[in-house]
Amino acid sequence: MSKATVIDAGIGNLDNLARALRHVGAECEVTTDAETVATSRCLVLPGVGAFRPPREALRGALEDALRHALDRGAWLLGICVGYQLLFERGEEFGVTDGLGLLPGTITRLPGGVPLPHIGWNALHDERDHPLFEGVPAGSYFYFVHSFAPLAAPNGTALALTTHGARFVAVAGRDRVMGTQFHPEKSGAAGLRLLANFLGLSHAVDSGN
Amino acid sequence: MNTGLTCRVIPCLDVRDGRVVKGVKFENLRDLGDPAEAAARYAEQGADEIVFLDVTASHEERDADRDWIRRTAEQVFIPLSVGGGVRRVEDAERLLRSGADKVGLNTSPIDRPELLDELARRFGSQCVVLSVDALRKPEGWEVVTHGGRRPRGLDAVEWIVEGVERGAGEILLTSIDSDGTLDGYDLELLRAVCARVDVPVIASGGAGRPEHLAAALEAGAAAVLAASIFHENTYTVGEVKAELANRGFPMREVNG
Repeated sequence: MSKATVIDAGIGNLDNLARALRHVGAECEVTTDAETVATSRCLVLPGVGAFRPPREALRGALEDALRHALDRGAWLLGICVGYQLLFERGEEFGVTDGLGLLPGTITRLPGGVPLPHIGWNALHDERDHPLFEGVPAGSYFYFVHSFAPLAAPNGTALALTTHGARFVAVAGRDRVMGTQFHPEKSGAAGLRLLANFLGLSHAVDSGN
Repeated sequence: MNTGLTCRVIPCLDVRDGRVVKGVKFENLRDLGDPAEAAARYAEQGADEIVFLDVTASHEERDADRDWIRRTAEQVFIPLSVGGGVRRVEDAERLLRSGADKVGLNTSPIDRPELLDELARRFGSQCVVLSVDALRKPEGWEVVTHGGRRPRGLDAVEWIVEGVERGAGEILLTSIDSDGTLDGYDLELLRAVCARVDVPVIASGGAGRPEHLAAALEAGAAAVLAASIFHENTYTVGEVKAELANRGFPMREVNG
């Protein structure tokens, strides 16, 4: 069975994410334990709300463990604020450094549309990526956020969504990837995406 | 507006003692089956979210009674909102741990508005839904509770503005005058509220035909909630969404 480790950065309710991962066949553990994170092969970093609280919760032992796991070839999926943390910096309530695993900055979506952006929106300009295998082009996903990366340089943007402006809804580089939306709340398309990530992280030749 | 955001169609399920019930003003209740099964059926039809209202008479905390939330969350992977009997942060936490994504609040924040601040700080505004029952007055609308029987002496629009300032992330707005009539939502009420708050407003009370839902979206609602038309199989969620899409409203298409 595929194993997935959900990193609990102290923010929000992770039970439904764990339920979705189990639904697609993962043996799923929610943890705050650095040692568990360090030795995991398949990591999921969720988060809701603001950028800074989970960032500060990660700083220190958990972040060291996460980087250690990545150095050892682990796969990482960030979700919502967990996705935002993958980038270089966030501009919510002042500038905060992110994990810097993906290039780019998290900024407030431009005005002219209601914020927060709550509800189902479609992906467009999807790149050919194994995360989208079996996910029909233009599929809808459930979003709840006001901030996002407006650009992800160096070809790391994997799909865009439009709300007021185009923003990067899915980004990734090598074994690190993430979604601004909540795949665990996005029906069949979201479950398929989670299953694809599990499959990637457990493929025999992964990381080579 | 430059957005791909779709309008949401939300079936509402009243749950009593772990069963879906349907009754007029909570009398002559009929048993409509298992909440998890009903939610799964609506999700399959294309529901964008499910709202549960737990109308269990006794609000003594019995975890076994919340088992239906967990069972729903294990098979329905769209947003689930659960309201009913939330008085303290711990009540909300229990619902969230059971599988709710959002918690609906109606009566308790009227008695103690700080509850909204506490919940938003603890869990984030995205899971705090302020549910307001509004009754028409000669001028404006008054907040009422207990199925409309208890006037609360608060102006509905002003109460909603305060609720959003305190941290409510969405408003579930029910017109008590329209509720159960199948004659359409109170559009004036919707316009009055949407003019004052930026958070999504979910229209509730009065849905009888797809054109009613269309009118509510036109009036500014981000989402439309309906109960009877779905429970009585007058329309499936899919039929309603197809009709709204025909009328030019952006709708989420469900593949497969």
